[in-house]
Parts: sequence; C-alpha cells; structure tokens
Amino acid sequence: MKWVIPLLLVTSLVLAAEPIVIGVYEPMTGPYAAGGQMTMEGVYLAHEQVKEVLGRPIELVLVDNKSDKVEASNAVARLIEYHKAVAIIGSYGSAVAIPGSEVANKLGVPMVGCSPTNPLVTLGKPYAFRVCFIDPFQGTVMAQFAVEKLGAKTAVVIQDIASDYSVGLSHYFQEAFKKLTKNNKSVLGVISYQTGDQDFTAQLTFANSKNPDVIFIPAAAYGEAALIIKQARELGMKQVFLGGDTWEAPEFLQVGGKAVEGSYFSTHFDTEATTTPRAAEFIKSFRAKYGKDPSAFAALGYDAYLLVVDAIQRAGSADPKAIKEALASTKNFEGATGYITLDQNGDAIKDAVIRVVKDGKFVYVTTVRPSE
Amino acid sequence: MTWTLLLQHLANGVALGFVFGLVAIGYTLVYGVVKLVNFAHGDIFMMASFFVYYGIVLFSFPWWFSFVCAIFLTALLGISIEKVAYKPLRDAPRISSLCSAIGMSFLLENFATVVFGGRQKPFYQPQILSKTLDIGGVRIQLVTVVTILVSVAALLFLNYLVYRTRMGLAMRALAHDFDTARLMGINVDRTITFTFAVGSSLAAISAIFWALRYPQIWPFMGVFPGWRAFTAAIIGGIGSIKGAMTGGFLIGMISIMLVAFLPDLAGYRDAFIFMMLVLVLLFKPTGLFGEA
Repeated sequence: MKWVIPLLLVTSLVLAAEPIVIGVYEPMTGPYAAGGQMTMEGVYLAHEQVKEVLGRPIELVLVDNKSDKVEASNAVARLIEYHKAVAIIGSYGSAVAIPGSEVANKLGVPMVGCSPTNPLVTLGKPYAFRVCFIDPFQGTVMAQFAVEKLGAKTAVVIQDIASDYSVGLSHYFQEAFKKLTKNNKSVLGVISYQTGDQDFTAQLTFANSKNPDVIFIPAAAYGEAALIIKQARELGMKQVFLGGDTWEAPEFLQVGGKAVEGSYFSTHFDTEATTTPRAAEFIKSFRAKYGKDPSAFAALGYDAYLLVVDAIQRAGSADPKAIKEALASTKNFEGATGYITLDQNGDAIKDAVIRVVKDGKFVYVTTVRPSE
Repeated sequence: MTWTLLLQHLANGVALGFVFGLVAIGYTLVYGVVKLVNFAHGDIFMMASFFVYYGIVLFSFPWWFSFVCAIFLTALLGISIEKVAYKPLRDAPRISSLCSAIGMSFLLENFATVVFGGRQKPFYQPQILSKTLDIGGVRIQLVTVVTILVSVAALLFLNYLVYRTRMGLAMRALAHDFDTARLMGINVDRTITFTFAVGSSLAAISAIFWALRYPQIWPFMGVFPGWRAFTAAIIGGIGSIKGAMTGGFLIGMISIMLVAFLPDLAGYRDAFIFMMLVLVLLFKPTGLFGEA
C-alpha cells in the first residue's frame, strides 16, 4: 500500500492547482482608455511578481468596460458568473466604478477599486473597497492649495455633468473653497459640459467673463481637460487651471502642449514622494519592465492586486465572503502608494500629492496629509 | 453682457456651426442620391483622421500632402464600403441596407480599436493654421476662418456638380426615380460609386478641419459628430445640401448660445437641440429645406 500516499499527494496537488480567478474590469477603450491601460501596467507587474496564493495559481481575467456605465455592470456580472472570479479589481472612472460595485455587491463578491474617488463607489456597499482616497478629501486639497499657496480669492468651476466623478469633485471643491475664503460668493460660477464634448468655447467665454483667479476643471476625461485649457489659451485667458487625478495621462500633455504648462492637479502618487519601502521596489521593477516612470494609476493597480492577494492569504480561503471579511479588516497594509488602512466604508485614508506641468512633464509640488 | 462678450459668443457659435455643417453636407449628399442613411459616415470621418495621422507619423509626409492622401484614401474606402456592404442590397428592402450601414459603423469602430488602439492620439497642427486672430477683443482661430472658406467652397462646388454637370444630372435623376433613371440608360452603379466617393471625400475634409480644431483622435471620435451631423441634416431637410449646412449652423449656434444666455441649463444642451428637432419635424416634417 506504499503507492497510496504518492497517489493521494498527486491528486491533492491536481485539485489544489485549480486556479483562483481575480477579475479585472477597466476601460481599455473610450474616453478613459489611458487610465485603464496605465492601471493595467501596475496590475500586470504585480501579477508577474505574485503568481500564487494558498498554493494555487492566480488567473487574471481582464474585461474591457469601454468607459461605459452599462458595459461596466455587464463586465462585472460576466467576471463573476462566467469566469467565476472570487474578487474583482477596478475600475478607473467613478462613473463606471459605481455601477460595477453595485453588481459586485449584489452578487456577493468583493471589489477593490484602484482609483475611483467618488464616495458612492463604496457607500452602503459592504463588498466594495478601494485603495485610494475619496473626493471630499481631494476637493478640499485643491481648494486649500488654491487659497493658501496661490492666494486665490475667486474661482469658477467647469464640470462634466454626465460624470459622477466630476459633479462630485466639483461639489466638494466649491464647499471647501467657500469655507476657506470665508466668502459664500467666492465661487463666481459653475458651468457644465458633457462627456464627449470637444468644443468648450462657450463655457470658457462664460468663465472668462467672471474674471476669476483660478479655474477648477474636474474633468472625467484627461483629453477633454487638455482641450478645455488649450481652447482657453486660444481665447486669450491667463488664469491658473486646477484639476483632479484624471489629468495624469501622457495624452493630457500631448494634446494640451504648451497650453497646459503651469496647471496644477492632485493625484495619488509621485516617484519623488514615496512613503513606504515597497514603493522603491515597485518603481525599480516598473522601470525595468516598461522603461518609464510609473503613473499613480499603475501604482494603485499594483496595490489593489497585492491587497486582494493579501486578503485571500489572510482569509485562508478563496471564498468571496471570507475575502471580504479579510479586506474589511485591512490595517496598515504596505502598498506602493502608502500604508493602506480601510475605514468602515472600505475607503483608504491616504495622502494626496500635488503636481504641476512643467516643461512638458508632471513635476512634484507638495504632499497634503488628511487632517484628523 | 458686453458687446465684446456677445460677439465672442457669436464667433464661437459660427465656428462650431460651420464645423457641424461641413460634416452634415457629406451625410446628406449620400442620402439625397442613394436614399440611404449612411450611419458609417461618422466612422469614415474617423478613419480619415487616422489616415492623416499615420501619413505624418509613419511616413513623415508634409502635412498638406498627408491631407491630400487622406482625402484620396477615404474616397477609396467609401467606394469599397459601398461595393461590399450596400451594393449587394440594392434591390433588397431599404431597412436591410440601413442595418448594413449600422453594422459597417461598428465594424469600422472596432477595426480601428484593434489596429490603432483605444487611446487618444494627438493630431498634428501646422504652425500656420494654429494662429489666433484678435479682432477688437474678439478672438477667432485661423482654422475657423479657413473652415468657413472651405465650407463655402464645398457648397459652391456641390451646387455646380449637382446642377451643372452631366454626372449631377444623373445624380438628380437617380434621386428622383431610381428605376426610371436606370431605364433611361443612366449607369446607376457608376453614379452611386461617384456619389460615395464625393461623400467620403467630404467626410475626410470635415475630419481634417474637425481634428485641426479639436486635436485628439480616437476610434470613437466619429460617433458624436456623426449624430450631430445626422440631426443637422434632418433639421435642414435630409437630402438638401444647403439644408444640412443651415441645420449644422443652427445646432452649433444653439449649443453656444444656450451656455451664453442660460448658463444654469448648460447641462441640458442636448435636450434643447432635440426639442428643436421635434419642433421642426412637427411643423415641417420634411425639414427646413426638404421637399415632400
């Protein structure tokens, strides 16, 4: 009966080798394409480094959500029901992450957002988490920077009415700006456009007529932000432009060219302002694989993947419910973008980085810590 | 509102209106002759901008040569689309070629996504055309002025083509009565091929001027201008060339003036545009310049 033991071993190995599926839904096409593709660079790198958990291989399945709200919920449903994903990563763009997290929550599979910052992505959804900060903080960061560092007294906001991210961030910025300037009328105007628009001359002519110190553009799509600023300069406008984390895309610089010089935006990560030992390791391996510096989205994708794997490890099983419990109790997880502790809503509390466009590059300006 | 501000809004409206109008005349020309709503028009428009892009980036052509090549290639593309997707359905019910057009639109979009990639690419802007003119505080892009000139030239050319040439006569005959025209010895296939070539060249020209003004291109860039142009063509009376130009102009003006005068309602812009469409169709079902 000596052969029984090796046989048992072999069968157990075969059974154990059944892969664990982690599903990813990101925009590979459409107005958010660059965001999704940058995120995937980080996810792929992390997958290359950690390919196994609980002795089973990890299979990564990516579904393109096409920057579309309906496609996003379909993508998550497909990942869970067809690909049998036990955890979901994604997505860039709150507008697509909100319907996605809705589906994941309903189907009882945990989702970890990389970069969606709107509060509604996780609010009231016990299965939804994220590794980035949220917009009530991001809006305050930019308002604070405008008032304290740039000495701005008045602002105009140009928002994308079709994007949850844009409307949300616009709202939090206005709130904070009014509070910080101690003037209820310091926001001189809010004017809307819609995702997909290419002509912003009307909105800009309106903004210019108010003559504000700064113009805040929480655009959901980097390309549109670049076009807005470009057209503003063509109209002879000299104001300082401020924005959110979506601006960080090579396309923003390519399309915007000289027009976007001197524009400030908040984001999640900068290679010059890292806070964890893992960040240095990440930057080194990222440069080796892609031959360029990592973006904030790549870093967040990297962290999201590693956090999911860590949660599966801590849960000791590939059961979605157990993974969710493990994720909810995440404390001081060491990521490339900082130490991640998830609060009762599943949101990370982290520093924000402010960057500026200088000589056609994104340059580090300062780091803002969340106040207690 | 000051005068300069009002004039600036007017200038913005004119600029946008002519861009929409230029896209719309290509749309309407094909419908006018073949009675086919070519839903792929917006995607032919997109392909044209990629032809220019690759002409400059891959083959380092000078920009003007790249423009010419793109117009030529787009005309060829239009002809081949007609041969593959519409010609076999010429005697089928009209709904079949409409479906075929929608299919062609999806095919081109997804083909472009696979081949060119889903991310936005910057469109080359020649130095000469990226100047801004400042007329008494009102700022206009030089590209806009050129766009207006090109639109007017295109209108005059089409007018000449349709009303003064033998080919135009054949086109009008086809538009009027397909079967009788065929019986009268008009070469239907050649006329339709020619119409598609002209329509697609117009798509290419409008794509070039669109991309010069809004310099980012991607596989789905044709969807928005495509629908806008379609709406413009219907408002103007689909099939009517001056109607398409007027419709495009109206849509551009409304888009700008709504933001200018009712900034709080700026987010509902599309509601206003389509309300205008409904009103036009209610009171004049054939559109502003359409014939019954």
